[in-house]
Amino acid sequence: MRFKIITSTGLVIIWLLSSFTGNHQPRVLSFDDFEPHLHFSNDTTYVVNFWASWCTPCVKELPAFEKLGQEYKNEKVKVLLVSLDFPKQIDSRLIPFIEKNEIGSEVLVLNDPDANKWIDRVDATWSGSIPATLIYNSESRLFREGVYSYDELKEIVEQKLN
Amino acid sequence: MKKLILSLSLAILGSALLIAGGYKVGDKAADFKLENVDGNYVSLSDYSDASGFIVVFTCNGCPYAKAYQDRIMDLDKEYGPQGYPVIAINPNNTELKPDDDLKAMKKRAMDKGYTFPYLKDANYEVFKEYGATRTPHIYVLTKQESELVVSYIGAIDDNYQDASSVKEPYLANALDALLADKDPDPVFTKAIGCSIKQK
Repeated sequence: MRFKIITSTGLVIIWLLSSFTGNHQPRVLSFDDFEPHLHFSNDTTYVVNFWASWCTPCVKELPAFEKLGQEYKNEKVKVLLVSLDFPKQIDSRLIPFIEKNEIGSEVLVLNDPDANKWIDRVDATWSGSIPATLIYNSESRLFREGVYSYDELKEIVEQKLN
Repeated sequence: MKKLILSLSLAILGSALLIAGGYKVGDKAADFKLENVDGNYVSLSDYSDASGFIVVFTCNGCPYAKAYQDRIMDLDKEYGPQGYPVIAINPNNTELKPDDDLKAMKKRAMDKGYTFPYLKDANYEVFKEYGATRTPHIYVLTKQESELVVSYIGAIDDNYQDASSVKEPYLANALDALLADKDPDPVFTKAIGCSIKQK
């Protein structure tokens, strides 16, 4: 009995700790591990934005993606922020950025230095500059390099939902 | 009606080509005349002894550009004497990125000891003509007869994070092939980079 109490208390403590400290720790994936995120085939529309915390235009458009995620949180829309921040700056720069700006969308770090091997697997028209965004569902895909406004995102997502 | 559709499709195709823009491998490249950090103007035609050029679109602030600046210096030291000097061009709009103006470029060139020209694309035309979209973005040109031909476009190597972990030095391989009178393979690679900043 006592063992059970200790164990469950321990589990609760671990859960509390992880929810405080691990909440903003993004997953770091190689391209092979990340690639399935570009090909989910269900009734959800995925908005996949490639960015970095040091990229000025990316940071400028980030609120549009955040707003989209909020406005459509009850719809079948999922915003995924794929960070290309350098691995050695995840703790020193990316996580503080996520916390300071209270980023609500899911953030992943894509860490795969030989981008020549995977850029075309995101989209063949991508030259490699960021920001870049892929919006897709099981029926169609739209890829674009450059900055989106909230209204543009909303229009595309509305089309996908209807 | 058919004619209308045909001309419409041609117009769409034409504008698509315009948007895609830029050079492909095998295209003839245009010369330019741009101001260097030393105050002089530089053209490719000034280099009568060169066999070609490593044209690098780069900038001061982009973390990818910074990660590669020492490697670009090494490339100039190695391939400059073999006939392929580095010509670096900064295409960023200085109203959006004040740290990419000639004064800041001069400081960077001095601090790092650049052995190559670092030119400002002041009218933001050269990078568009070439089709550069990111920093760093590489174009290797070779002199053929009296013309400059694009022989390689793309990345420097396969690891921006760590020069000592590079397995495929794409650019150096392309240059070695050209120096051996062979066709580079691959002639075109991609890399993640900062978008070139324009209004």
